[in-house]
Amino acid sequence: MLNASTLLLIPLLPLLSFLFISFIGKKYLPTLSGTISVLVLSVSAFLAIAVAYNYFFVVGMTNGIYEAIIPMKLEWLRFSPGVSIDMGIILDPISVMMLVVVTFISLMVHIYSLGYMKGEERFAVYYSFLDLFTFSMLGLVMASNLFQMYFFWELVGVSSYLLIGYYFTKPSAVAAAKKAFIVTRFADLGFLIGILVLSFHSGTLDIQTLIARLTTSDTTFYASATFTGFMGVSSLTWGLALVFIGGAGKSAMFPLHIWLPDAMEGPTPVSALIHAATMVVAGVYLVARLFPIYAISSPHLLELIGYIGIISSVLAAIIACTQTDIKRVLAYSTISQIGYMLASLGVSTYGGLNGEGFSASMFHLFTHAFFKALLFLCAGSVIHYVHSNEVKDMGGLRKKMPITHLCFLLACLAIAGIPPLSGFFSKEEILAAAFAHNQTIFYIAWLTAGLTSFYMFRLYFLTFWNKDYVNHHESHEHHSEGSWNMKLPLLILMLGAVGAGVVPFHHLITSDGQPYESEFHLNITLMAVGLSLFAIIIATIFYRKKNNLSDKISSSISQLYDFAYHKFYFDEVYQFVTQRILFNTIGALSSWFDKNIVNGVVNTTAFITEAFSETIKPVQSGKVQGYALAFLFGILGLIAILFFFNF
Amino acid sequence: MIDQIPLTHILFLSTALFFIGAYGFLTRRNLITMLMSVELILNSVNINLVAFNRYLHPTIDGVVFTLFIITIAAAEAAVAIAIIISLYRKINSIDPEQADELKF
Amino acid sequence: MNLLVLLILVPVVALLLSVFINAEKVKNVILLGAVAELILCFELLREFMLERAAGNNAPYLFEIVYPWFKTWNINFHAGVDGISVSMLLLTSLVTVAAILVSWKVDEKPREFFMMLMLLTAGAVGFFISMDLIMAFFFLELAVVPKFLLIAHWGSGRKVYSATKLALMLMAGSSLILVGTLLLYVQSNGSFDITVLQSLHLDSETQRLIFPLMFLGFGVFTALFPFHTWVPDGHSSAPTAGSMFLAGISMKLGGYGCIRFAAILLPEGTQYYSSAIILLSTIAIVYGAFATLMQKDIKYINAYSSVSHCGFVLLGIGMLNQTALTGAVLQMISHGLMTALFFGAIGMIYSRAHTRDVRELGGLLKIMPFIGSIYIIVGLCSLGLPGLSGFVSEMTIFMGAWQVPGTFHKVATILACASIVVTAVYILQAVAKVMLGPVKDSHFLTLTDATWYERSASWLLMLAIIIMGILPMWLAQMISHETAPMAIKFLTVNS
Repeated sequence: MLNASTLLLIPLLPLLSFLFISFIGKKYLPTLSGTISVLVLSVSAFLAIAVAYNYFFVVGMTNGIYEAIIPMKLEWLRFSPGVSIDMGIILDPISVMMLVVVTFISLMVHIYSLGYMKGEERFAVYYSFLDLFTFSMLGLVMASNLFQMYFFWELVGVSSYLLIGYYFTKPSAVAAAKKAFIVTRFADLGFLIGILVLSFHSGTLDIQTLIARLTTSDTTFYASATFTGFMGVSSLTWGLALVFIGGAGKSAMFPLHIWLPDAMEGPTPVSALIHAATMVVAGVYLVARLFPIYAISSPHLLELIGYIGIISSVLAAIIACTQTDIKRVLAYSTISQIGYMLASLGVSTYGGLNGEGFSASMFHLFTHAFFKALLFLCAGSVIHYVHSNEVKDMGGLRKKMPITHLCFLLACLAIAGIPPLSGFFSKEEILAAAFAHNQTIFYIAWLTAGLTSFYMFRLYFLTFWNKDYVNHHESHEHHSEGSWNMKLPLLILMLGAVGAGVVPFHHLITSDGQPYESEFHLNITLMAVGLSLFAIIIATIFYRKKNNLSDKISSSISQLYDFAYHKFYFDEVYQFVTQRILFNTIGALSSWFDKNIVNGVVNTTAFITEAFSETIKPVQSGKVQGYALAFLFGILGLIAILFFFNF
Repeated sequence: MIDQIPLTHILFLSTALFFIGAYGFLTRRNLITMLMSVELILNSVNINLVAFNRYLHPTIDGVVFTLFIITIAAAEAAVAIAIIISLYRKINSIDPEQADELKF
Repeated sequence: MNLLVLLILVPVVALLLSVFINAEKVKNVILLGAVAELILCFELLREFMLERAAGNNAPYLFEIVYPWFKTWNINFHAGVDGISVSMLLLTSLVTVAAILVSWKVDEKPREFFMMLMLLTAGAVGFFISMDLIMAFFFLELAVVPKFLLIAHWGSGRKVYSATKLALMLMAGSSLILVGTLLLYVQSNGSFDITVLQSLHLDSETQRLIFPLMFLGFGVFTALFPFHTWVPDGHSSAPTAGSMFLAGISMKLGGYGCIRFAAILLPEGTQYYSSAIILLSTIAIVYGAFATLMQKDIKYINAYSSVSHCGFVLLGIGMLNQTALTGAVLQMISHGLMTALFFGAIGMIYSRAHTRDVRELGGLLKIMPFIGSIYIIVGLCSLGLPGLSGFVSEMTIFMGAWQVPGTFHKVATILACASIVVTAVYILQAVAKVMLGPVKDSHFLTLTDATWYERSASWLLMLAIIIMGILPMWLAQMISHETAPMAIKFLTVNS
């Protein structure tokens, strides 16, 4: 089962589907393309689940740990001996887990989109992009080589660009796509230079070799990487930090988070897949992939990463409390949850029980994929129903769309960490890990958990309760919650969101591959659940019925509220930097310099030549006899000179 | 007989011929006369070559060159007159000053 | 018959034939010639790889020498290595595409297509030359037709641009000629690069001659600050002309820098490497920023060419195997990509009759094929994995980073940073031209690509994709040639 050909099928099937739809399906099977794509992906998902089962339970542990298996490695481009981009497959607990998550969520989104995107003009194109994304994401997850990861990392970015800009005639979608791509591209610059630094010192791009060489302090590679430095920090730390910048960009961490909320311009199922469950956790995955190096060789950097995660988490949670666009609230909540995962990695160390942060982070990544995808798909159904993203156009939908309502409620409870739903378990572990290793992060995380419950239930009540639903689109009265293919994924994901917590992560996915026994901390549980319940109660008071309590509160802290409502003015700052500094200063200056100085010198040379020739032109009088006379006297003169000098 | 005439005399003759030709070439306003002047110059050179051949360098070279120049001169005259005729057809004059269309 | 001779003969025969036949039919003959040339190039590639696989490690294969001008020891000396073979492939691919794109040129078609073929002949001859005078001859052959193409079939300020281009390239050529003659004197009368290569000139001489050769070829490949012919020349040229100019002509310079400057004068290269890196880094960054402000899509692409060709020179300046391989890969990648880019721009311009980004908009909906090509090639330009740009740029970065020293690292980081700026201007152009609502209602009547435009696009697109997905064979073929060069640079000082 775990051979190269089976494993290759998992990413290659979506790729084939992409090629098929782009070249044939788009033209000849415009509506059937979706179904084809769903079928292909269900094979992929089935294979992925089978692989996971085999990996964990058939092959199982060797010597008490889950070992990484590399069933395939092909040299793709060699730079110098030892340093090459290989296209390989790595199977270890996290990649297997991600395989399942990516194919499963992608399958759900594929099915959902059959209903959601029905009747779209570019229906087939949509599926081809979706398949391209799935292929790239699977390639990223399976990458055994750091540069291979970068390869698919960029491809993922482009598929995200294409999907955000799916409605390409809408200027806001185009701008959002552009912004997402450029911001992540900027971050990827860090990733790229980080790869250069790491490969320079370790002499390899292969992830396992890299880890082996940079974590044992007696190798020459390790010595070279830690000996040289820049600004008092070793090259190794710089390299890791730069790689993390790439991850932070993709995962929309502070201060590179600005693209994610705008990315909600894409179709909602896309947001569920790319901007909630899979692509945005790539940064977390990247840090987890290189976790031994971070944890062993650069623990302070890892701590910093933890702080960045938790700061993003709390900032995003605060902003989420003020937003009124259903998808934007969810987007900020995604940032907040990813921040959680990174914070959890930040409080972890390598190995044993001290590595529980790692397991917790992966656990949260896993559960988050289910409940966040579910939230987005529910939001999609709601948007499909009311034709608006604004919560003010919603309210009272619980009677109109009971299934969606139930799913959304359960997902909210899951994200709020109410037992026994999945989010409770993963959040619990994160808080426990943080409590054990870093109290500051623990308290911020605890507060954020409260905020999370508040804004999620604010959203829930505003959407499904608050007031009676008034239909503004009389003509659409006939349509219900959506067709079966929209409801089915909701129900399946709901099962995931409810039950994903039972997976014993500390037995399967740990920092060093060795299972450990987690401890149950009653006091932390009580603290967290208590705060969440309290936040839910406040949200109920504010938003269950239409009242002006919330307005009163927000106007009493109006400055803070405005500040958060405007997303802490990050967009404006970036706007200033790019527009004023990059374009109007450097760009304009270069352009001016080129037009006037560089080109000016050339034109001046031409001008001088021309002026000079204009001056000496009269000598060429055109009078033949004049020339002959000059010629004659010239000769005579030469003869005279010859005589004079006695040659 | 010829030995009694020193080389200088012949050189005087050719120099005189050369300057007459040069004067004619520089002053005349008629292309035909200018061409004739050029012929004078060429002939002065021929005289020189023959003379040098006879007095200083008694091989065949000088005579060959003279014959060569005579041939060239004939060809040149033919070409030049052809040009002059076409020029006359075009501008109705054979004054070189008038042919200024390509000037500047 | 020797393949290399055939490579020269095919364009010549096509040219001779086209003098005698009906002007309307000339394009058929020329296209046939170009396709034959392409097939020959593939055959050459096949035979070359077989030879190499059989273990023939001679530096140049298929060598052939005919005396040309014995008095001065000038020979028709042809031979190829991996770099030349890849350049020949590039040339023939771009030629076929350029001819296809201009299928509907009806202004003096005979002369137009003959000019294109003449350019090909010049480029092909240059890439197989192993004699400096022969190389110079073919280099000049590839300049003059460009002047005529731009001045007659161009648009905008065409005479100005054509003059500027011709004069600047001629100035570059004159430097090359002086350098060539100096080498001739130093080597006691040889123009042959195999002789010159084995010559150990003293460092003073190398330092004197190197700048002449390098700057001369640098003008061709848009070395800062001699790049100013690029934007004007490219934007005034007809579509096929721009494709040629960016796809092949600029590569003549890069190839010349490697073959006739760097290899012949390793010590000079070593001595001036910092200057090369400095100038190329400036070109990369400054070209990218200057592109940001352009409003004409042809100018955007022309300035981005300045930036991208900077990578070639950067790779050369870094003096190691990986970077040199990257430089050659970048030449190929950039050649294919820009040719296609200009092709797409030409298709847009011939339909919309404007190249101003402020007037264009929403074209993807109207012409999906051209739009997709434009977007894909834009993504290639910003280094999307799976397309050729990624392979070459990453190879250069990897190579450049291996060079120790803060200066080199800073240059590499700046070069890496430029790909972000590239992303900005490419996406900006794509967004303005292709996406968004349709700007002008008369665009709605425009049609998508015709068969000849499609086939030209597909040809180049396939090449870009193949290079992007399977780069190994090409990289190996090239690095086989760059390895001895790098060793030569390394051993210079010791």
